[in-house]
Amino acid sequence: MMSPPATPAVEARGITKRFGPTTALDGAGIVIGEGETHALVGRNGAGKSTLVSILTGLQRPDEGQVLFAGRPAPALADRDGWRRRVACVYQKSTIIPTLTVAENLFLNRQAGRGPINWRSLRARARDLLDEYGVDVDGGRLAGDLGVEQRQLLEIARALSFGARFIILDEPTAQLDGPAIERLFERMRALRAQGVTMMFISHHLEEVYQVCQSVTVFRDARHVLTSEVADLPHDELVAAMTGEAAAGYQARSRASRSSAPIVLSAEKLSLAGRYQDVDLAVRAGEIVGLAGSGSSGKVSLAETLVGLHAADSGTVTVNGARPRPGDVTSALRAGLGFVPQDRHKEGFVPLLSIAENATLPIAHKLGRFGAVSPARRRARAERMIEELDIKTTGPSQPVGDLSGGNAQKVVMARALADDPGALVVIDPTSGVDVRAKQALLGAVEDAAERGAGAVLVSDELDDLRICDRVVVMFHGRVVKEVPRGWADAELVAVMEGVDAR
Amino acid sequence: MTETTVTSPGTPGGPPGTAGGTGRGPSGLRLARFRDLALVPAILLLVVVGALIEPAFLSGDNLTNVLQQQTELSLLVLAEAVILIAGKFDLSLESTVGLAPALGVALVIPAASNGLGTDWPAALGIPICLLIGVLVGAFNGLLILRFKLSAFIVTLGMLIVLRGLQIGFTGGQNLFALPDSFLYLGNARWVGLPASVWICGLAYAIGIVALGYFRHGRSVYAIGGNVDAARAAGVRTDRVLWTVFMIGGLLAALAGLLMTGRLGSVAASQGNGMIFTVFAAAVIGGVSLDGGKGTLFGALCGVLVLGLINNILTLAGVSAQWIQAIYGGIILIALMLARVTSGKAQD
Repeated sequence: MMSPPATPAVEARGITKRFGPTTALDGAGIVIGEGETHALVGRNGAGKSTLVSILTGLQRPDEGQVLFAGRPAPALADRDGWRRRVACVYQKSTIIPTLTVAENLFLNRQAGRGPINWRSLRARARDLLDEYGVDVDGGRLAGDLGVEQRQLLEIARALSFGARFIILDEPTAQLDGPAIERLFERMRALRAQGVTMMFISHHLEEVYQVCQSVTVFRDARHVLTSEVADLPHDELVAAMTGEAAAGYQARSRASRSSAPIVLSAEKLSLAGRYQDVDLAVRAGEIVGLAGSGSSGKVSLAETLVGLHAADSGTVTVNGARPRPGDVTSALRAGLGFVPQDRHKEGFVPLLSIAENATLPIAHKLGRFGAVSPARRRARAERMIEELDIKTTGPSQPVGDLSGGNAQKVVMARALADDPGALVVIDPTSGVDVRAKQALLGAVEDAAERGAGAVLVSDELDDLRICDRVVVMFHGRVVKEVPRGWADAELVAVMEGVDAR
Repeated sequence: MTETTVTSPGTPGGPPGTAGGTGRGPSGLRLARFRDLALVPAILLLVVVGALIEPAFLSGDNLTNVLQQQTELSLLVLAEAVILIAGKFDLSLESTVGLAPALGVALVIPAASNGLGTDWPAALGIPICLLIGVLVGAFNGLLILRFKLSAFIVTLGMLIVLRGLQIGFTGGQNLFALPDSFLYLGNARWVGLPASVWICGLAYAIGIVALGYFRHGRSVYAIGGNVDAARAAGVRTDRVLWTVFMIGGLLAALAGLLMTGRLGSVAASQGNGMIFTVFAAAVIGGVSLDGGKGTLFGALCGVLVLGLINNILTLAGVSAQWIQAIYGGIILIALMLARVTSGKAQD
């Protein structure tokens, strides 16, 4: 533990916050010294966002208290009081795209009582932009700005309320390399002016670049606080991951290097998402695709199935080249697909299990566009048994099923046509342990039947069934890890700090 | 082996060399003005076409006539434009146009002339009419903001309910025995122009100033652009939206009042079918159905374009049976042109 200075700029003590049955924060706290840049890290669900909303006065903690410069935080209703003490650049943009930059800066305070003097508003905006060195024309529409400039706008606006403490919630997630470097320059300059900052990021290497101290949360609890300089990479990663709970036991499987390639990408690029990606998946092989949220892994997988058309490069499925950006032609080429968001793209909630699971093969269940209900039912019953779907029967609407069972229906749909290639995105998100095992088992079954699979996931348990894991970082493949990796090793690569 | 390829501190970044043209500050707002003026050439073109087709088009009487006929529509477009800019919908305006004056009249005229038999003092007629507009707007706001219902379906329901109410208590009859106060505004001329034109112009002037130069007016744009951001900036979004709905209802009632005076009666179908034209004029005038975008000046230009087209079709002697189809077709073409010239999708 570091020794806190006399009065820390910000202190949260013993904060507990529950949302229904889930505990988002459990007696957690943070102490941020005057003028330091303090990192808050932790894996998804560690409680970072909840702490942000409590520190910015958007939510009231169930227990514990927040102190600014040693004094208790203002009442929740006193928005101006909060705004003078803490500014926040949220993950979600609070810029209004249809208004000009100048007006965004002075939103809802364009003028006192009387009419707005646009000339003076623009002058004030120019002063403010100059003060923070933001090179943007105040007369432009905010919607025409890039992500980086919008973020600078948010920072300038946040600071213009007079706050000396600013929270940056994953500011680098949507920026590219040079823009991140410019943001860091700016953060260092702000620090030189005495501004205190809390910096949240999934990229640990960034923590080492701009922060002096770091606090780690895990599973809603405070794990450690330390000077960055005293904390080696691997200890930080270990603090974030903790002891890995015993999960799904992956089967041993020998993939043959002579097996044909069933799914491949060559020199695939999509502006702003990923560049120059090569990928080849052989029959009977499961390839993991890992990386942080901004790594481009999901976009890449969605390009493979035709949800996006790549700017350049080719996708090959079972030797055929499906039309780019056309899902139907990819499915025709023998590809099965589990989308990232099952609610959005996975199933039609009001239709029955049988209809959902057989959508892609409906044409095989009857002639001349007709679908034979008996054959569909038989097919669906087989799927229900294979994937162990808990249901009253094939005619139950998928919308009535639990998350895990609904996901099994999505998996069943992907496997309905015995695809030679399979793309599975976040298959186990929001499902319980049993469902997880059935879902991962289904992917392994498919591989044993000779399918080649791409599995996109953040979950180490999911990636354990892969024969190799391809790790992406900011749109590029940075490393390929063969089976048998250690947790810390893989997390370090995903977070962008390679320990060696 | 490729290691982390990003954020190697290359050239320690100077300011982002983007954002060209910091030279002239006010260029952005001037540009916005240009976008507003996009329909002015179209209006001039229509005037020329009208003059070529029928010399009588340019007569003072005809032009005054065009303006007066469009006053009711333009008040509705004003109301709808503000509501659309705030990111909401109101379809029920066209029924308020009929119901508000009908109820105002029926409460003050004797039962023998299809009144309700209350025989309230005639002076109350106009205040009641306007109050009803405000109440309808307030009720729409209640359902949409408090009960979190979709504005589209709520106001569609209100459109039907209000029309039904009017038919119900008038027995489907037109009301003819109007008090003088109702006739005055639709017929009077002030300084050479119909009073309704002055009223309408004044309403637009107030609207343009309020939306352009006052904090509460700007908050309408903020709400339509990104309601969460507006709330985060301290705008009382529900209160503003509620006010917008009530002003919308008030303007619709005023439009009904002018129409009643001009026609000398309250028809059972007064206002019926206007809402399509209202939306068309607003969208042609550059108001976005997604909220946050558009100006009242643009909306007014949209009204004028449609009014001129209507007048030219009549003067050109297009047969009455065909005029509706042609008018509708021209609106669709105008929408396509507006879409092409603005260069952006949606709207």
